[in-house]
Order: sequence, then structure tokens, then C-alpha cells
Amino acid sequence: MADDSTNQGIPEPEGAADLIETDYEIGQDNVEGNVGPFGFDIHNPVFMISGLSIVAFVFYALALPDQATAVFSWLFSSVTKGFDWFFLGAANIFVLFCLFLIVSPFGSIRLGGADATPDYSYVGWFAMLFAAGMGIGLMFFGVSEPMSHFSSSLGGTTVEDGVRTDWAPLGAAGGDEVAAQRLGMAATIFHWGLHPWAIYAVVALALALFTYNKGLPLTLRSAFYPIFGERVWGWTGHIIDTLAVFATLFGLATSLGFGAEQAASGLTYLYGSGDAAEGTRAFLGIPYGNTEESGVANSGTLLVLLISAITAVALISVVRGLDGGVKVLSEINMGLAGLLLIFVFFVGGPIFLLTLFFDSLWAYLQNLIPLSNPFGREDVNFSQGWTSFYWAWWISWSPFVGMFIARVSRGRSVREFLICVLLIPSMVCVLWMSVFGGTAINQVVADGYTQAKDAALELKLFYMLDPLPLATITSTIGIVLVIVFFVTSSDSGSLVIDTITAGGKVDAPVSQRVFWCIFEGAVAIVLLVGGGLASLQSAVISTGLPFTLVLLVMCWAIFRGLQSERS
Amino acid sequence: MFSKIMVPVDISHPGQLTRALTAAADLGRHYGAEVCYVAVTSSAPGTLGHTPDEARGHLAEFSEAQAAAHGHRACCHLALSHDPAVDLDRTLLAAIEETGADLVVMASHVPGWADSFTGSHGGHLAAEAKVSVFVVRGE
Repeated sequence: MADDSTNQGIPEPEGAADLIETDYEIGQDNVEGNVGPFGFDIHNPVFMISGLSIVAFVFYALALPDQATAVFSWLFSSVTKGFDWFFLGAANIFVLFCLFLIVSPFGSIRLGGADATPDYSYVGWFAMLFAAGMGIGLMFFGVSEPMSHFSSSLGGTTVEDGVRTDWAPLGAAGGDEVAAQRLGMAATIFHWGLHPWAIYAVVALALALFTYNKGLPLTLRSAFYPIFGERVWGWTGHIIDTLAVFATLFGLATSLGFGAEQAASGLTYLYGSGDAAEGTRAFLGIPYGNTEESGVANSGTLLVLLISAITAVALISVVRGLDGGVKVLSEINMGLAGLLLIFVFFVGGPIFLLTLFFDSLWAYLQNLIPLSNPFGREDVNFSQGWTSFYWAWWISWSPFVGMFIARVSRGRSVREFLICVLLIPSMVCVLWMSVFGGTAINQVVADGYTQAKDAALELKLFYMLDPLPLATITSTIGIVLVIVFFVTSSDSGSLVIDTITAGGKVDAPVSQRVFWCIFEGAVAIVLLVGGGLASLQSAVISTGLPFTLVLLVMCWAIFRGLQSERS
Repeated sequence: MFSKIMVPVDISHPGQLTRALTAAADLGRHYGAEVCYVAVTSSAPGTLGHTPDEARGHLAEFSEAQAAAHGHRACCHLALSHDPAVDLDRTLLAAIEETGADLVVMASHVPGWADSFTGSHGGHLAAEAKVSVFVVRGE
């Protein structure tokens, strides 16, 4: 038994169960009742505070759009530029920590107890964690990001007043196409490989450990028990949970808004007059060489209809539940994405792409250390505008994705969990980026086809598919994938928000998750129509800064938690 | 006529179960049947307990208390579900097979207008179960 007087942390396990002894009963702070025929079971005060603060932020963004944009842009810029060293350094720690756990004896500890069996098969589990985690991003950046880094690397470096003004990674590769391709692929894989998945893995492992092995409720605050002790059930925990709800809902709502714009662009490109090729806003506000907003070609009505349709499908999915809805959609989507990948692989030149895959992987490993170096970087635009932005973005999404992964990961050993959440998705990303990005780069280098290179961000995928056979069919599959990946993020996000605002109860009335799903769609529509998506997204990404601290603390909590399991 | 009576229970809200529990106990005594109390929970910590084992313990206590109070034979069964809020009906249908029950006695609320769209758990079970289902309305 640990000495609680010297350590507010985890008591050593007693007997067969390793539960944390706490007087807190799950649901004890909840308020139950009915609104008309609909029941509710919500945590007081997390539900009210998060709901009201979200409404207040939306009103602020709508009522004072210029001020909100200025404030949040300043915040966003200060966070990603001023704390780039912090994001880069912290992300390195997360990767090293996960790799350490894989090879350490802690790896054999099973989530849910020594005799626990996995809740889901590998296929269903993997599909769900991938669909929630980054499916949608791969659709948009699979072609565009390798292409961007390739172009900027090829352009070489430019220096003004002693400061690099180009967007190329590291030392660029001016004029050398082969070197530029290798550097471009390495930089892309760096942003989609080990680091983002390590961020998700840390949050997911902390939550799974403290839920399934320590018996604490499935909410973010539980991972802080080793640090704050019983205080996590008070305002300290309320703030942590509210921040998580805030980041998740706005992250989803802003993505839903931008995603609808891009799906609409794709539809207009395929079936409309082609005006949408002029481009809409950049997906998720990615800082892209040119950041000015081009004319939005999509009519508001189409966008509102798309968001409503995505929300409606997400609604059906959450009402059908984890097994009947979320898992089924995730598996369908992974199957479709797999087919698209195989198709592009074979028509894009299998031998070339296979060679590129291994070459890109090697380039990634060669450049991993310089790319992840947090200090003294010369490529400031790249390391602050791309890497630091990405890390803040992944981290602000990590409460949502991490909690969802935790929910479906009971029964896995720590080693199995980390290999499947860290290494396998990273490899899938390498493969995806190599096939989609590699095909597009090859179109430029070998065929002189530059349409994909010159297209707006959200249309690059479609222009890359265009010269390949069956372009209409594959582009349609692309749009379906984009939309369904949004649905799978939206439904799993609603489940996560519902669980947090129900104090960790996973059996709260279904009407609550319906409420959050509709609320999320409504916020997206209001922000899209009224303006303010971009400014609120800056606010969301800025939450990456406090969450980075939270994640560092989680590493310590995981270590303490696993230590007590071992003993 | 009946040898095993399954009674789905949410033991965190025992007040809503009184009539169904009494009806099940009376039937159990009348037919000499064993009454099996079934609770559904997820593997995540919940109101029933921090782990499935703890939840099973609480359910067993509940079952023993019912047997002592009403004088019938009792057993209990904990059914696990990934998403109990949604999969309750499916899990209970599976529990009928797992327990080998030949009668279900289940508490249900008085239907309101929303039940025209969503229906009640008792209603779903009565519609789909192969065994007899006795839906007991609240007071």
C-alpha cells in the first residue's frame, strides 16, 4: 500500500484489483431528469459551463468579427511562433516515451486487467481509431502536402535581412528534383507519422489506464489523479473537462464548416461548371505560402445543405451506437480508402511507387532528427508555419481522438496498444503519402502535368486523379470518402463530448448525444453563414498550448500508473 | 408453466422497478421458478461499479436481497455491452438466450408521444423475443 500522506498519487494495488481507492462515485455530481419525453443525465457543472461558453464564443465571433479575428489570430500566431520550441520538444518527448514503453517491461501490462480480452477485433479497432484520428486529413493533404514541400524545396532558399523567407524544410534542395522529392516526402511523413500518433497515444493510454485499470470515470480529469488526488473531482477537474469539450466541439464544428466548403468544391469541380477550381479557403486554415482568401465559389445554401446532410448521417450513426453506427461506417470508409489506395498504386506505377515508399521511409528516418530539432532552426517558416502549427493542431484534437481510442481499446496490452496506435498508423500514412503524393509529383517530373500542382488545396486530389483511368468514378469515391470521414469524426466526437459532459458515464440517455451532434452542426452553420470559422479555429489551435502541458503531465501520470500495476 | 423468469433491472434506480419486481417475485413463487435479475453495463466504470467484477458483486447483493425479501429462488446475470445506451434491447435479447429464461418480466414507463417514434425497451423486447414478455407499467 502506498503512503498517501507523502504522495497524493495512486495507492498501490491491493489484491487482484488495482483500483484507485476514491470516495468519488461515478455520476454523483450528475443531474438527472426529463425535458419533455427526453431524459438527461448530465454532469454539473461541466455540461452547463461548456455549453454556455461555446454559445458565448459563437456570439462573440459573430457580434465583433473584426475584433475576434484580430484577437484569435494574434493568439494563434503567438502560440505557434513563440512556442514552436515547446511544441517540437514536447512532441519528441511523447515519441520517445511511447517507444520506451513498447520496449520496457511495462509493455506487457494489459488494459482492463491481466485477464481482460479485447473488446474489438483488429479490423474494427484499427478502422475506428484511424477514421476518428486523421482519415479526413489524408484525403486533403495526401496530394497537396508532398507537392507543397516538393515545390518549396525545389525552389531553394531565399534570405532577406538574414532571415529565411522561403517555406522549404531544412536546407531545401534548390534545383535538384530527386533531392526535393525525398525532402518533400520526408517532411510530409514527419507531420503524419510517429509524432501525431504519439500525441494521440499518450492521451489514449492515460485515459484507458486510469479508466480500465484504476476504475476512474472515462473523462479527461481521471488521468490527473496522480497529480491532484481527490481535487480532480472539484474545480480543477471541471476546468480540464470543460477545456476538452471546448476544444473538441469547436475543432469539430470548424472542421465541419471548412470540410463542407471543400466537399462542395469537389462536387462543383466534378459536376458543376468548374468555377470552384478558383479555390475556397484553405482546409483547416493551413498556412500555405499564399494565405489570402480567394473567392468562395460555393453558394451558402449548398454548404448549409452539406453540413445538414453530414450532421444527419452522423446523427443516425450515433443513435445506432458504437457497434451499429460508428464502427460500421469506419469499416466501410477504411475499405473504400483501401480500394482507392490500391487503385492509385497500380495505375500510378506499382514499381515506381513501391521504390518511392521505401525511399521516402528512408528519407524520413535520415531527416527525422534535424526535422524534429526544436532549437536554432533556420527554416523558420517551415518549422513554425508547418510543424509547430501541426503539433498544436494534433494536440488540440488529442482529447477527442485520445478519448475515443481509449473507449475502444480495452483488453489490449500496452505494447500491443502502442504498436497499433503508433507504428502501424504511421506506416499507413507513409504508404498513403507515398502513393498519392508520389503519383502527383511523378506527374510533374515525368509527364510535365502540372494541374494538380497548381490547383487549389482542396482540389489537388481530384486533379491528380484526373489523368488516371476512371477519373470520374475515383473522384466520386474521393468525395464520398471526404464526407464519410467527416461523419466518422462527427459521430465519434459527439460520443466523446457526451461522455465528458455526463461525468464519464457511457450509458447516459441517447438524447444527449443527439443534442451534441445537432449542436455541433448548428455551430458550424452559424459560423459559416455569419463568418468567424477561421477566427474560432485559431482559438481552438491555441488550446494546443495548455494541452501540451496537460500531455506532459499525462506522461508522468502514465508512468506512475504503470508502476503501480507492475508492483 | 415457467421455470426461469428474467427481470432486467437498473439497480441505480430501484424506485422505478417496484411493481415489476413484485410481479416477478409473485410469479416466481407461484410457478416455483427461479428469478434471474439481469443488468446491462459497459466495461468502462459506471454507476454499477468501477469494474465489471464490482458491478457483478452489487448485482448479486441486489439479487440476494430480493430473494430474502420475497422468498423465491434467485440468480443474477451481468450482460456487458460496448454501448449500453443504444444496445440495451439487443443485449437483453441475447441475455434471454444466455440465461435460458422462458419468461421476461420487465418494468416500463407509460408511453408518451415520443414513444410513437422511438418505442420503449419493454415494447421492443415484447416484439422480438421468442419467449413470453410481461411488460409492467409504472404506477
